[in-house]
Amino acid sequence: MNLEDSPAEAAYRAKVRAWIADNAPDWGGHAKDELRVWTEPHKQVAHAWQRAKADGGYACINWPVEQGGSGGTTIEASIFAQEELNAGLRFTYFMTGLEMLLPALLRFNTDPLSRALVPPAVRGDTIWCQLFSEPSSGSDSAGIRTSAVPDGDEWVINGQKVWNSGAQISDYGMLMTRTDPSVPKHKGLTAFWVKMDTPGLEVRPIMMMSGDAELNEVFLTDVRIPDAQRVGGVGDGWKVIIATLMNERAAIGAGGGLGWAEIMKLARDMPGIDGPAMEDPAFREWLADWYVNAEGIRLLSFQTLTSLSRGQTPGPESSGGKLLWANQTQDLTSMALDIMGHFGVIDHGDDAIGGGAFQHRFLWAPGLRLGGGSDEIMKNIIAERILGLPGDPRVDKDVAFKDIPKGR
Amino acid sequence: MDFDYNDDQKALKEEARRFLTNVAPLSAVRAVYDAPELGHDAALWQRVAREQGWCGTAIPEEYGGLGLGYVELCALAEELGRALTPVPFGPTVYQFAESLLLAGSEAQKQAVLPQVAAGELVGTLAVTEGPGVPSAAGISTRFADGRLTGAKLPVTDGMAADRAVVLAQDGTGLSLFLVDLRGEGVTVGPLSVLDPSRGGARVTFADAPAERLGKAGEGLALLARTDDRAAVLYAFEQLGGADRCLEMARDYALERYAFGRPIGSYQAIKHKLADVFVKNSIARANAYYGAWALSADAPELPVAAASAHIAGAAAYWLASKENIQTHGGIGVTWEADCQLFYRRSRHLALIMGSPRLWKRRLIDRIETREASRAEQISKGAAA
Repeated sequence: MNLEDSPAEAAYRAKVRAWIADNAPDWGGHAKDELRVWTEPHKQVAHAWQRAKADGGYACINWPVEQGGSGGTTIEASIFAQEELNAGLRFTYFMTGLEMLLPALLRFNTDPLSRALVPPAVRGDTIWCQLFSEPSSGSDSAGIRTSAVPDGDEWVINGQKVWNSGAQISDYGMLMTRTDPSVPKHKGLTAFWVKMDTPGLEVRPIMMMSGDAELNEVFLTDVRIPDAQRVGGVGDGWKVIIATLMNERAAIGAGGGLGWAEIMKLARDMPGIDGPAMEDPAFREWLADWYVNAEGIRLLSFQTLTSLSRGQTPGPESSGGKLLWANQTQDLTSMALDIMGHFGVIDHGDDAIGGGAFQHRFLWAPGLRLGGGSDEIMKNIIAERILGLPGDPRVDKDVAFKDIPKGR
Repeated sequence: MDFDYNDDQKALKEEARRFLTNVAPLSAVRAVYDAPELGHDAALWQRVAREQGWCGTAIPEEYGGLGLGYVELCALAEELGRALTPVPFGPTVYQFAESLLLAGSEAQKQAVLPQVAAGELVGTLAVTEGPGVPSAAGISTRFADGRLTGAKLPVTDGMAADRAVVLAQDGTGLSLFLVDLRGEGVTVGPLSVLDPSRGGARVTFADAPAERLGKAGEGLALLARTDDRAAVLYAFEQLGGADRCLEMARDYALERYAFGRPIGSYQAIKHKLADVFVKNSIARANAYYGAWALSADAPELPVAAASAHIAGAAAYWLASKENIQTHGGIGVTWEADCQLFYRRSRHLALIMGSPRLWKRRLIDRIETREASRAEQISKGAAA
């Protein structure tokens, strides 16, 4: 048991910390917290940082050199990510492409056309989004109905996608389609990469309950895609989904943001009922439980890092991280509003406590319990893959997709 | 970053599991339930303490121990907890030996610790006298002229113990004393307790000869430090028990059928057991952090120990009660083994103060830590 870096890890951390300090991007005269995510000025800062990392050899640290990475270790990539986070420079724009989609794409495609997509993505010149989920294919991620029909060297795509994070600013998408409805649902899927400005493809942002609009609907009407943009074989789409979703859960489980230190400050600063909440035994007991869970999630990532640093495959220990973190975030924000009392209802403007940060997160938290696998799906995964309990009886398993009952 | 058992520690743990599987089946726990006045399995204790020599794991070689370290002791604690081993290991090793290491004079350590390491001596702490957190107002046991008078209860393994560390008034406040429970002036009687395999006793002193342990007036402070160290070790026992409960519930859910399917194929059961898995993962992460802090004697120990105890108690509670629930009606019978874990989970959660007390301590300690960090930062800025 040792929480310290090994000498090699410590040396690497010192090196990248210095490099990050020397190469941090210019925020264009703005304070870091002032720029909202998904706005153009914020994206420009992120783009500049991504380019600097690419030039410095820190963009895709643990990718092989021949794929445009630095050939480093996963531990090095994790150390860099920690230092980047500490410096307030961890941006989401490029994660979908670089941490989920392109690694999967490179696993299935080795042709020059596919490989040429990588260098601009590594430099942050292109942004990728995932086009998997559909109105009737959420947790049931193999229930995709968007159809791809061959026509000469092309495929003709018709259908609708939803919950596509960042599609409104993306240059490329990884698109999942059904190419054969006459076989059971997992077998008739095929993946493609697609340029988001292809004719017939329309992106419509979805206004979420938090007021954010980074998620979208994507409509596809007679979109024509050359067969050369197919990812993997015809009918291999489920394998592509699996390869990307596992990465998504790992990325979402990483956590961050408002935590125990912030709510302790709030509990000291607010007048409270008969004194600040920080002096209320009921609140202190709640805080102890929250802290132990939050620390547990943070420490589980150290267990994962330890496996990686020993050259082993990480165990299932962090599978619960995303599940618990999402619920912890919801509990934290609800408690923070409780501490504000009647003032907790003010969510924006000069009168809002802390600029309304807890209120914004309160409205955003329900989505955390759904994105990247809902609570219920995560519990099924833990029960089936880790505990070895049987899957639910599947009425659609051996049925041709076109014959599966549809409902709403 | 090395946040796991190393290969040697894993091997030690596997060996311990094999040994305990062979010599300490749950029928051994039940045998103690049937003879609760014993409070432990004496033959098993001989094997664990003398044959295996586990009591000396973390005791330094200069005091007759193996000097292996605390992570090794944590690994053994996890296995002992998993097997519900009905022996006085925790009170002797985590509490009695630790309080001697912390507070004992060189002569006291030389006299007592080699006996503990050799498995020749059972020790325990005798602290409380009634409900409530031990305080000057709540302790009436008195020390004067080398003799102790008063009554202590509940004393875990009091029936088995040869020596005890006792908290008593001595005119300067509360101090610790070392007492021979086999000597004159000591009466020990059994108490009926929640977990009969962790036997409880009432220990009465009437002018019993005692010697001072540590400085006068520092009893509560020394006890708090001992408690932190023991809390980490007991957290591993709780973790081992919680994991075993999850495995029992999983196995039963696979073999029990209802409505034509294994009950483990229903989400009502699957999601319940997934919640237990997550809670156990959090307990393990916090326990490892405690093991690191204990083995490195890190300044984080007070926070880490409280966290480990809170997470361990919460996980064991959930796992032991949902194990019964998963078993259905059979789970609440005397015959089913579920009750053994349910009882032990509460015993371990309460024995050094309730989780509610430890939650209060945790937040106090976080505030202290944050204040000292803020002070360091402002000093740094001033310099």
